[in-house]
This record gives sequence, C-alpha cells and structure tokens, in this order.
Amino acid sequence: MGSRASTLLRDEEIEEIKKETGFSHSQITRLYSRFTSLDKGENGTLSREDFQRIPELAINPLGDRIINAFFPEGEDQVNFRGFMRTLAHFRPIEDNEKSKDQNGPEPLNSRSNKLHFAFRLYDLDKDDKISRDELLQVLRMMVGVNISDEQLGSIADRTIQEADQDGDSAISFAEFVKLRC
Amino acid sequence: MFLLLPFDSLVVNLLGISLTVLFTLLLVFIIVPAIFGVSFGIRKVYMKTLLKIFQWATLRIERGAKEKNHPLYKPYVNGIIAKEPTSLEEEIKEIRRSGSGKALDTPEFELSDIFYFCRKGIETIMDDEVTKRFSAEELESWNLLSRTNYNFQYISLRLTVLWGLGMLIRYCFLLPLRCKEFLSKHVHLMCYRICVRALTAIITYHDRENRPRNGGICVANHTSPIDVIILASDGYYAMVGQIHGGLMGVIQRAMVKACPHVWFERSEVRDRHLVAKRLTEHVQDKSKLPILIFPEGTCINNTSVMMFKKGSFEIGATVYPVAIKYDPQFGDAFWNSSKYGMVTYLLRMMTSWAIVCSVWYLPPMTRQPEEDAVQFANRVKSAIARQGGLVDLLWDGGLKREKVKDTFKEEQQKLYSKMIVGNHEDRSRS
Repeated sequence: MGSRASTLLRDEEIEEIKKETGFSHSQITRLYSRFTSLDKGENGTLSREDFQRIPELAINPLGDRIINAFFPEGEDQVNFRGFMRTLAHFRPIEDNEKSKDQNGPEPLNSRSNKLHFAFRLYDLDKDDKISRDELLQVLRMMVGVNISDEQLGSIADRTIQEADQDGDSAISFAEFVKLRC
Repeated sequence: MFLLLPFDSLVVNLLGISLTVLFTLLLVFIIVPAIFGVSFGIRKVYMKTLLKIFQWATLRIERGAKEKNHPLYKPYVNGIIAKEPTSLEEEIKEIRRSGSGKALDTPEFELSDIFYFCRKGIETIMDDEVTKRFSAEELESWNLLSRTNYNFQYISLRLTVLWGLGMLIRYCFLLPLRCKEFLSKHVHLMCYRICVRALTAIITYHDRENRPRNGGICVANHTSPIDVIILASDGYYAMVGQIHGGLMGVIQRAMVKACPHVWFERSEVRDRHLVAKRLTEHVQDKSKLPILIFPEGTCINNTSVMMFKKGSFEIGATVYPVAIKYDPQFGDAFWNSSKYGMVTYLLRMMTSWAIVCSVWYLPPMTRQPEEDAVQFANRVKSAIARQGGLVDLLWDGGLKREKVKDTFKEEQQKLYSKMIVGNHEDRSRS
C-alpha cells in the first residue's frame, strides 16, 4: 500500500513530470498516492468509473465534462502522466514564473492554457467555436430543471450577443479571452 | 554419533526449561491479572518508550529529507489545495469580479461561471472528504511500520537497521506470544480481557458512570471488529449485526451459544421492519442486555463519523452513545474490508506495536418529541464526533461501495439557478 506507491514511481519519472508540469517533488508523490488510491483496478490507469466514484465529483453539475477533459481523444483510460498533465493546468501561477523567458514552451499552467481548458469544456465538437447549442447544453447542465427552455435560450442569446464580435453567432477562443480581460 | 546424544539431551533440557519459564511468565504477567482485572503498568512504559523512538525516527527522516532538498508533504500543515471554503454565490461573484472588472450590477450569467464548477471538480479529484475515510489515515510522523509509509524512503542506515529490528521484534516475538494467548478461551468476560492483553491494547475508559444499562441501546462509531472486544471487555452487551462468512462467521456462531445475540442475514437487513421488530422486542424486556449497534453500517477509518442509519433511532429506547478513538501512531486499527479479509486484518493487528484507544461513555440521550429519527441520529452523531475529536460528516458510509444519489447534484443546480434567475428578476423590475 504505502510502500508500494513510493517504489513504483522512479526518480527519473518524477524529474520528467516535474519539468513538464512544474509540480514539486512532494506534490508529485502525494498525487501519485492519490492516483493509486483512485485506481481500484490496480492496473496503473484510471477509467471514467474511477472518477465517478468520488461522491463530491459525482454531484458536481459539470462532473462528466471535467472527467472527459482527462481522457485524450477516443480513449477510455488515462495513465499517471496524462493525469498530471491535466492537473497541471490548475497549478497557481507563481511570481517567479511570470518573468521567465518567452523562448521555452509555454508552461501548462499559463493563463492562456487555463482559459483554453475552460473553453474546451464548452466546445464539445472541438471546432474552436462555442455555438448556441453547445452553450445551451452547458447551461442546462449547470441549472438542471429549475429554469425554463425559453429563459435559458434568452440567456444564451444575450451572452453570445455580448461576446460575438465577428458576427458569426458563435464565440471563438479569441472572443472568449477578450471577455475575461 | 554417541557424542551428540548427551549434547542433544542438554539442548532439549534447556529448551524445556525455557519454555516452562516462558509459560509461567505468561501466566503470571498476563492471564492472572486478566482474570482479576488488575494491570501492572508495564504496557504504559512500553507505550512511552515507543513514542520516544517514533519521535527520534521522524526527526531523522526530516533531517534526511532536508539534505536532499525535498520538503516532505504534511497532510495537515501544508495541504495540496489552497482552499477557502465559501458559498457558491460568493465564489462566483469573486470570479466575475476578478475577470471582467465590469460594472457592479451582476449580470445574470457569464461564461466565466464555469470556472467555479471546474475548480471545485478538480479540487475533489485531488483530495475529497469522503473517499479518504475509507483508506488508512495518513500520519504526520512515521511509526516504523512500512504500511503507513507514504513519504519516507530510504534515508539512512541507522533508520533501516532500527526498522529491521522493529520488524524482527514484531514478527518473531510479539506475534507468537499473541497467538498462544489468542487460542485459549473459556469464559466470556475473561476471554475478552485476555484478547485485550493479547493485542497489547491500552484502553482508557472515561466516564464509566454513564455505561449502558439493560433495556437500552449502545451506539458507537465503527472502525474495526476490535471495537466489539473493547466494549465487551468492560460490560455485557447483546450484539446486532450482519452474519459474515469465514473466520468472522465462526466467531459469531460461537458467541450465539453463550449469549442472546441477534444476527441477521444480509437480505434480512434490508427488511427494516423485521429488524426494528426484533430490536423492539429485545429492548422492551428489561432483563435483556443492552444492545450494541454501530449505526454507520461499515468500518470508517477513525478520522470522521459518517451518517448514522436511522433504524436504531426509531425504536424509542434510551440511547447510550459511546465514542471510540484510536491513537494511530501505534497501529492502524481500521479494517478495510474491501481490500483484505479478516485473517489478514488480525495478522496486521497482531504485528502492530499496540492498540491504544480511548473510550468515552457519553450521558444517555432520548428522542425529543419535536425531532424525528434523522434529527435525533444527527444529534447523537455530533455528540460522539465532538467528544472523540472526529470530523462530523453528513455523507453516507455506504458510499464505500455504492454510488451517490442524484439529489445532491440537483441541490447544487438549484442553488446556481437561483443565483442567475434571481438577478434576472431584479433586472426586469428596473
């Protein structure tokens, strides 16, 4: 149990993950314990059911979308590297990182990547646009049955109106980012 | 060959003598005091020595970690989530304010609202309140058992030697000692007391004047089957519970022959009326022993108290709450029944350092006229959680094996809708 977790993750792997995601050594070992405790099948990967077993996640209205974000296109299992890569988006931006050089690859937790993560939660078909339907879907997930279709429709229309600048009745990533500035 | 014979007999004699000595020691120091309920205080000294050793071991590990420049993860001091738990509305307003910096009249919906649910979701993936209750507790300091070792890798030779020595002692010395005692049982109470000594259990009972009386129900938080041994060695109880298979089932059947216990089949447990009827009959007979029930329904890892099933609180008898708290430094008493069975569990118990726990008998409670069974159950649960220093959770212990109900999700959705629609109404009015 405990000793198994720390022996299966080799030091070189920890270094690689550290470089890719920016998490510290102890954070990585901690998250590896968490990964193994979620992995009930003990095969080194997590499936969607493993995530859904977390009650507080199952009651989150956007739970399913968030779980989907961990799985790459068309796959049903995520390994520890993929797990960490997705979690890395949520690491707070530290002060010493803001002034890093612009030549290296963009860190996973940059502002732009964080916004991209949220954008992908809306944009199901991955066409880089949030259409009215996609927005309605997410809205419906967040409010459940408590708001009527017409009211929800008008909320969606108003939001798109405010955000849309090139007149295509959809929100592109650039327009999404502008909203948050 | 002839030369070996006298030598052999010498060895045999020595062995015989040492065994006799060992048995007499056993008798004198363990069984006799158990019969008379007297303690020698040796275990207290043992406990103090162990604590000192653990502290030294942890210091060495921390020093070793500092040399390598890897700060250790301490679950309670610097958690992995920077959490500020506020309400849904507060947090969404905060997100909107920090993002657009627009005018203060809150619009009904913004694309950035999704960040709140997103962040909450990821936080629960990293660490949630419920699933961690079903696995062993993480300790701040290491207690030389590799099973509790998340953080601590090979640091120094001295530490490894100490750990090796500890293992040697535990497996070769403490285990056989305990096995011999475990196999001898005669009278119920004496047997329980021997078990207590066998596990080197150091139990502190508080407020014994509140001990359960006949015709009442004793309610306690559940961590392991050892809870039963601990409570039963200090009083007489009739037990209610599920029939298990394997070693546990054998023990249960043996116990029924001596005392009027109430065991149920799993399928019968679901039939709540039947259970309630049998319990009510038992309770109304004032000569019958108090019933011992664990309303959580499953073993929890002793850091929290989960939802109490209301069945036992509907009967209307006096409830005597008991809080049991184990000290995790000496051995983790939690039985993770989905990970390993009874025999493995007993082995783990017998090879830990000791079982140290405190038992508090709380004053009896009865259901007030204006509260229903659920509220009464929650009141008892809070009292137990407060006394034992455990976290009081509303989550159902059944979540160990089953999925959560959808009603909780609907509550979240309702909260959020109220927030958007409420503002919309304000707008349309102006």
